[in-house]
Amino acid sequence: MKDPNTEPCARLRLSSPEEISRRRFLARFNLAVGGVGALIVALPAVGFIIAPFFQRRTEVWRSVGKVDAYKVGETVAVEYEDAAPWPWAGVTAKSAAWLRRESADTFIAFSVNCTHLGCPVRWLAAADLFMCPCHGGVYYKDGTVAAGPPPLPLRRYPVRVQNGEVQIRTGPIPLTKK
Amino acid sequence: MRLRRIYQQACDWVEDRTGIPSWISQNAKHLAPPDAKWWYVFGSATLCAFLVQVVTGVALAFSYVPSSGEGFSALKFINDDAPLGHFLRGLHYYGASAMVLMVGLHMAQVFLFGSYKFPRELNWATGVLLLGFTLVMGFTGQTLRWDQNAIWSVVVAAEQAARVPVAGKWMARFLLGGDTIGGATLTRVFALHVFIIPGLIVAFIGLHLMLVLRHGISEPPKAGKPVDPKTYRKEYQELLDKTGRPFWPDAAWRDTVFCTAMILVITLLAWHFGAPQLGKPPDPSIIEASPRPDWYLLWYFAVLALLPYNLEKYLMVWGPLFAGLFLIALPFLFNRGERSFRRRPWAVASVLLITVMIAALWRLGAQTPWSPNFKAQPLSAAIVGATNGPVFAGARLFHDKGCLNCHWVAGDGGRRGPDLTDVASRLSPNQMLLRIANGGVNMPAYAANLTPAEMDALLAFLETRKIQRR
Repeated sequence: MKDPNTEPCARLRLSSPEEISRRRFLARFNLAVGGVGALIVALPAVGFIIAPFFQRRTEVWRSVGKVDAYKVGETVAVEYEDAAPWPWAGVTAKSAAWLRRESADTFIAFSVNCTHLGCPVRWLAAADLFMCPCHGGVYYKDGTVAAGPPPLPLRRYPVRVQNGEVQIRTGPIPLTKK
Repeated sequence: MRLRRIYQQACDWVEDRTGIPSWISQNAKHLAPPDAKWWYVFGSATLCAFLVQVVTGVALAFSYVPSSGEGFSALKFINDDAPLGHFLRGLHYYGASAMVLMVGLHMAQVFLFGSYKFPRELNWATGVLLLGFTLVMGFTGQTLRWDQNAIWSVVVAAEQAARVPVAGKWMARFLLGGDTIGGATLTRVFALHVFIIPGLIVAFIGLHLMLVLRHGISEPPKAGKPVDPKTYRKEYQELLDKTGRPFWPDAAWRDTVFCTAMILVITLLAWHFGAPQLGKPPDPSIIEASPRPDWYLLWYFAVLALLPYNLEKYLMVWGPLFAGLFLIALPFLFNRGERSFRRRPWAVASVLLITVMIAALWRLGAQTPWSPNFKAQPLSAAIVGATNGPVFAGARLFHDKGCLNCHWVAGDGGRRGPDLTDVASRLSPNQMLLRIANGGVNMPAYAANLTPAEMDALLAFLETRKIQRR
């Protein structure tokens, strides 16, 4: 009988049918039992890591101040806390939006994330434009693209007035899927 | 004499019980081609830079806090208060820079010498994966700095991941650790940077070195002596039998000298320049941000600004993927034939082209001419040439309406659009008016933004933008 070690890619050379069935069974049994053991450890670990894929967050309304604090026609940056920040999130739990009072009781809230690659756009009040610091995206005051690489208008967050307070609904960082 | 005998006995005992001494000596003394000289130091220099990263990284981990809320203050502590902290950060940063640089040089040398050809295809392929891991380490390392730049870099990475068909949104959520930057973000970047990727790097360095030992260090190529898979191994063995020298110490001393010199340079840079400055805190509500990657990815930052907008959605995803797959496939496509770069003009041309391209993009990435200049100040009276009237009012508008953010005028402004210092020599007022009102691909349309009086003032100002020529 040849030494099986010299031909690693060849199947084991086996002599008698009994030996064949016994060895084959043991080899497969070995792989199956080992595989089960590995899966028992791997599944919860992988599950734990990819859990964020499947968690659906409930969004909440966050108050960003009294209606009267905002002048009609003015666009200002507001900050608020994410829907369900983890205890150690610290300042990273904050989000920002560009809020504009359109009339006595209507507001628009733009996402600060450029639709090109997510950098925070700045509002140039006198120019009535949003400009992105990263790759030169520019938006008009209604959020539509004025220049540069952004493929979509700035996203908007739902905003409402309740009990004299302006409230923005939290949301995910808008991802451009194209 | 007595000491030597004790050493001999101890070594014999260890050899008998473990076999390690003979294993080391066999591998270290494997025969290498004699004329493999200074060109061959970059691979071991990469390994050496990686070891610098392991040592300094483990040390930094003794004080680092992978918490989204505390990471920044931990970094401030390491940087400002901890004894040797600033220096250690510097070592880790310049060590990373050296590793990226050495991977690049190693790759270029192996490519130019045709060493990736038969039978070393998998040496190359594992090397390409190691290059990828190195860049991921660079990116995640920059992110662990956990300042404002770091969180926006994660957002930019997630936005790119989101463009991947089907799985994009999941990949983005995986990077962010959820819907937004938050408590889950830093811990996963930390796990990647400290466990997953280093584990992969160690495993693949092992494989890479195993393959080097299996196929031997490639002999420097001779023009007119192509690789033929049928005869190559026999010829290589004959070469080694005839002229081979043990790697240790005949060849290894050059690696040691080069690595030590590299460590000295890293140390001097870390001592003299120190680690990169920390930015503002990682607060996503601070909108004044200008996210930039560290130097080794700055060229790619430029790519993202310069891709044709309508092709971007394809190139952003398929470009890097195709480039990576092509690099891995390279030795399988061209595994025989001439090795010498003297007979491979296209190989030389592509290395030059890629180097020039990356250098040019890198320079642009440092200048970011496409980004609006948010710091542009109103033009001075000397430049405007008026302190009242329509020209003066137009100059004010030129600043206030954001024109100056993107246009250069006599020493100030942005670089996005054309330089307007001398615009009146090129364009008539009517042409200017059409352009301002209608905009362009990279310019907003101002028709709805300016009153007729404002447009007149702006044009009056622009009409004075003429360089006096004799």
